[in-house]
Amino acid sequence: MIAADLAIMIPEIILAIFAMAGLLMAVYTTKDGMAPALTFGTAIVLVIVAFYIGVTGEGTRIAFDGMFVDDAFARFAKVTILLSAAAVLVVGQDYMQKNNLLRFEYPMLVVLAVIGMMVMVSAGDLIALYMGLELQSLALYVVAALRRDSVKSTEAGLKYFVLGALSSGLLLYGASLVYGFAGTTGFAGIIDATAGGDVSIGLLLGLVFVTAGLAFKVSAAPFHMWTPDVYEGAPTAITALFATAPKVAAMALFARVVHDAFGNAVGDWQQIVAFLAVFSMFLGSIAAIGQTDIKRLMAYSSIAHMGFALMGLASGTAQGVEAMLIYMAIYVTMNIGAFAFIMTMEKDGRHITTISSLASFSSRQPAKAMALLLLMFSLAGVPPLLGFFGKYAVLWAAIEADMIWLAVAGVIASVIGAYYYLRIVYLMYFGEDREGLDGRMTLAPFVALMAAAIIMLAGIVNLFGIEGLAEAAAQTLVN
Amino acid sequence: MDGFFSTTAGLGLIIVAQCLLVIGFVMVSLLFLVYGDRKIWAAVQMRRGPNVVGVFGLLQTVADALKYVVKEVVVPAGADRTVFMLAPLTSFVLAMLAWAVIPFNDTWVLSDINVAILFVFAVSSLEVYGVIMGGWASNSKYPFLGSLRSAAQMISYEVSIGLIIVGVIISTGSLNFGDIVRAQDGDFGLFNWYWLPHFPMVFLFFISCLAETNRPPFDLPEAESELVAGYQVEYSSTPFLLFMAGEYIAIFLMCALISLLFFGGWLSPIPGLPDGALWMVAKMAFFFFLFAMVKAIVPRYRYDQLMRLGWKVFLPMSLAWVVIVAFLAKFEVLGGFWARWAIGG
Amino acid sequence: MGIADLSFWAFAITLITGGLFTVVARNPVHSVLWLILSFLSAAGLFVLIGAEFVAMLLIIVYVGAVAVLFLFVVMMLDVDFAALKAEMATYVPVAGLIGIVLLMQLGIAFGNWQFSEGIEGRLGNPTPSLDVAHNTQALGLILYDRYFLLFQLAGLILLVAMVGAIVLTLRHRVDVKRQDVVAQMMRDPKKAMELKDVKPGQGL
Repeated sequence: MIAADLAIMIPEIILAIFAMAGLLMAVYTTKDGMAPALTFGTAIVLVIVAFYIGVTGEGTRIAFDGMFVDDAFARFAKVTILLSAAAVLVVGQDYMQKNNLLRFEYPMLVVLAVIGMMVMVSAGDLIALYMGLELQSLALYVVAALRRDSVKSTEAGLKYFVLGALSSGLLLYGASLVYGFAGTTGFAGIIDATAGGDVSIGLLLGLVFVTAGLAFKVSAAPFHMWTPDVYEGAPTAITALFATAPKVAAMALFARVVHDAFGNAVGDWQQIVAFLAVFSMFLGSIAAIGQTDIKRLMAYSSIAHMGFALMGLASGTAQGVEAMLIYMAIYVTMNIGAFAFIMTMEKDGRHITTISSLASFSSRQPAKAMALLLLMFSLAGVPPLLGFFGKYAVLWAAIEADMIWLAVAGVIASVIGAYYYLRIVYLMYFGEDREGLDGRMTLAPFVALMAAAIIMLAGIVNLFGIEGLAEAAAQTLVN
Repeated sequence: MDGFFSTTAGLGLIIVAQCLLVIGFVMVSLLFLVYGDRKIWAAVQMRRGPNVVGVFGLLQTVADALKYVVKEVVVPAGADRTVFMLAPLTSFVLAMLAWAVIPFNDTWVLSDINVAILFVFAVSSLEVYGVIMGGWASNSKYPFLGSLRSAAQMISYEVSIGLIIVGVIISTGSLNFGDIVRAQDGDFGLFNWYWLPHFPMVFLFFISCLAETNRPPFDLPEAESELVAGYQVEYSSTPFLLFMAGEYIAIFLMCALISLLFFGGWLSPIPGLPDGALWMVAKMAFFFFLFAMVKAIVPRYRYDQLMRLGWKVFLPMSLAWVVIVAFLAKFEVLGGFWARWAIGG
Repeated sequence: MGIADLSFWAFAITLITGGLFTVVARNPVHSVLWLILSFLSAAGLFVLIGAEFVAMLLIIVYVGAVAVLFLFVVMMLDVDFAALKAEMATYVPVAGLIGIVLLMQLGIAFGNWQFSEGIEGRLGNPTPSLDVAHNTQALGLILYDRYFLLFQLAGLILLVAMVGAIVLTLRHRVDVKRQDVVAQMMRDPKKAMELKDVKPGQGL
């Protein structure tokens, strides 16, 4: 019986074995000397596993009494997570090496975090959910504090850890209330228990707490406090990781919990999610305006983007989930490109992250400035670019679900948010030349930046077909 | 009269009487153990040892105990009085507590619980508190250092003790001492005992016991050349006596544990001879003799060597052994040599 | 009132007292000691409901190892807890609010709790009855069978914790001399020292 269950988990098992073998190998050989090779090797393994999942997976398979679910939705999220983590590893390798942070544990911790994320998106049980979440979070707390001589990095790690522990506590408290009501931790059981819209106050409280815990993980306002500090304090390559894979995992988990476990109580969680969405969009857009550090700006930007993704979820329909998945895929691509650039912002050999250093960047590096311009426009959601289609999808999902007010709020927030993206573009093209960046990009970040920019343009033709995949994924989740 | 002993009060009385019996046994053994300990060192060092009080000095320990009791209790000025007095009590009571589940013969046990071995393990893991509390409450440097050392040492060696016990539990399929001993019963007397299948672990267990009870060569917490007397520096009179008594009782408990886990408890080593409590007591006395010999012969370890031994040698070895035994038991190698539960042992 | 009831009340009251004094004790070391007392009473309560394995684990793991580390930390860190507490006083209203919310939820849980329909079917009974297998066996059976996945994931989490602790704290100093025990033991006395027969009055 266990053998059949394990067969469903082959990708996770491969990664776990890879992580342990990699750790052992590095410890018993040249330790950190192995790190560059190990980082590339990890990226390759992640990509291979992503292809394996994408190519071989089919249908819906359930392992361990429903604790682990392998369906189209999980596969879509897993492929996104794996590819983005691989991209971040490759793109960030140079930065890590330059800053003397490329320890051999780094890629291995990333792999372990990725396993956690994969378990999260496949969770079919509250306990499995929590285990995946903790595995992911714990690994990320460590990498956040990786630059241990820096006060800011340590602070980032500690803040992330303390607030993450708090959110885990909230989540567990909620989970215990849900268990008390339903008598089971399995999602299948919980959705049974709520059949016919029978939602007691205890379950409602549990739902609220679980949602709050998850909102922490996706950094949705009002549970966003940790985001700017962690983004700013963590080494930039790791910030890039935070902005991509974990966000996808947490969003997918959010969707799975509200649909798989609480699919019969849509009306109840819809209000909460809609509130989170609106609050995040506005807070992210407004608070980003005053930022002078581009990493903090990206933090607020990610809060706002999570708001938009949550808007898709708030509509409570398959279309909404589909829109959310598309939005996340686009968001991740944009962020990898943007962070590939931020990682290489240098002046006199030192990494700087002030926005003002971008002044008149276009006169020196027109190609890169152009790519960044495309990414910023896309992040802002300016029409012909891919970012616009993401926003369009979630807004349309909200309208279809008769939540016109939510869509209107989204449009307004998006207009406010456009200001700070455009400010960067303005600075690059019309800013006064003061301190100027002089760093050179190595191949990997350059390719990532250019590729992301080109995707923003080329993707508008047919979204590379992810629409169909996302639709199939959403269909398996909702119903 | 029969009726009385089946009422609650009667049963309670019986239980109290049994407890007193065990306590009495342990306390009386204690007197002679301390005496024996000193005599053995003396013999190794070619001295006479205690020989004045009573015949051959047999009552020396009684005299010492009386002396401690009548002395004045000195509590240092900056000490935390409550914790200071609580520490020796903890140490003594916990050492005593574990005897509740130690069987001396088949069914001769105060409390025959399912998780007896875990109970002993739990209680012995609590003993570290007596040491920490004593060291901290004294509000003085040497005791504090001594208690820190001791706590680190006890926790380190508890890990390997626990893992070794796991091996025995796998072989037996039960956590009950009675079952563990009965599983060692067989036609070949002492060759049926667990020391043979778990051969390498017997040594590890014995050495870990030395460290766990702060006996030489691992008596770093009270290394007199460095820390005067470790956590006991500020203690005098009865509290000190309690510490000492607790320490010896813990050692005697470890002797009982070794006898039960690896040397067949009350089983007779030679097929044909009757089993009985006497064998158990004889085995315990023998292992105490070994404890005393080690103390007399072996020089003290340095602290980093102690930690190295615990974490880098014992822990990996005992961990590997658990895995090996699990395989040997699962596949019933040598006809269930490691899997007594499978052959109805 | 039987002995079981009596023990229950004794353990329960000790547990609550211990918890209370953990919070209000002025001396942090006393706090930890009170905490240990509550752990022990909790273990007693576990024994009373027949979960003796969990009780022993609670003592071994929490009291025997975790609380010792707590004690280490509070004994060795020179934290001015009085000042910390004074600062905490400013947050008392918030803490009170959270406390009241939690209390209200407990009120719901005990006063007006509503189970879902058909909960009996879902609750199930994962462990065989005590006549078939005792507590420890039953626990082992579900842990390594039904909850195999979660057990392994917990193992991975612990691995991450260990790797993380090493990554964040291990510093490999290059300028210190290290003891190589094996090299020391393998050293040949013949190569390391030379015995000279010194004739009286001559010297070397």
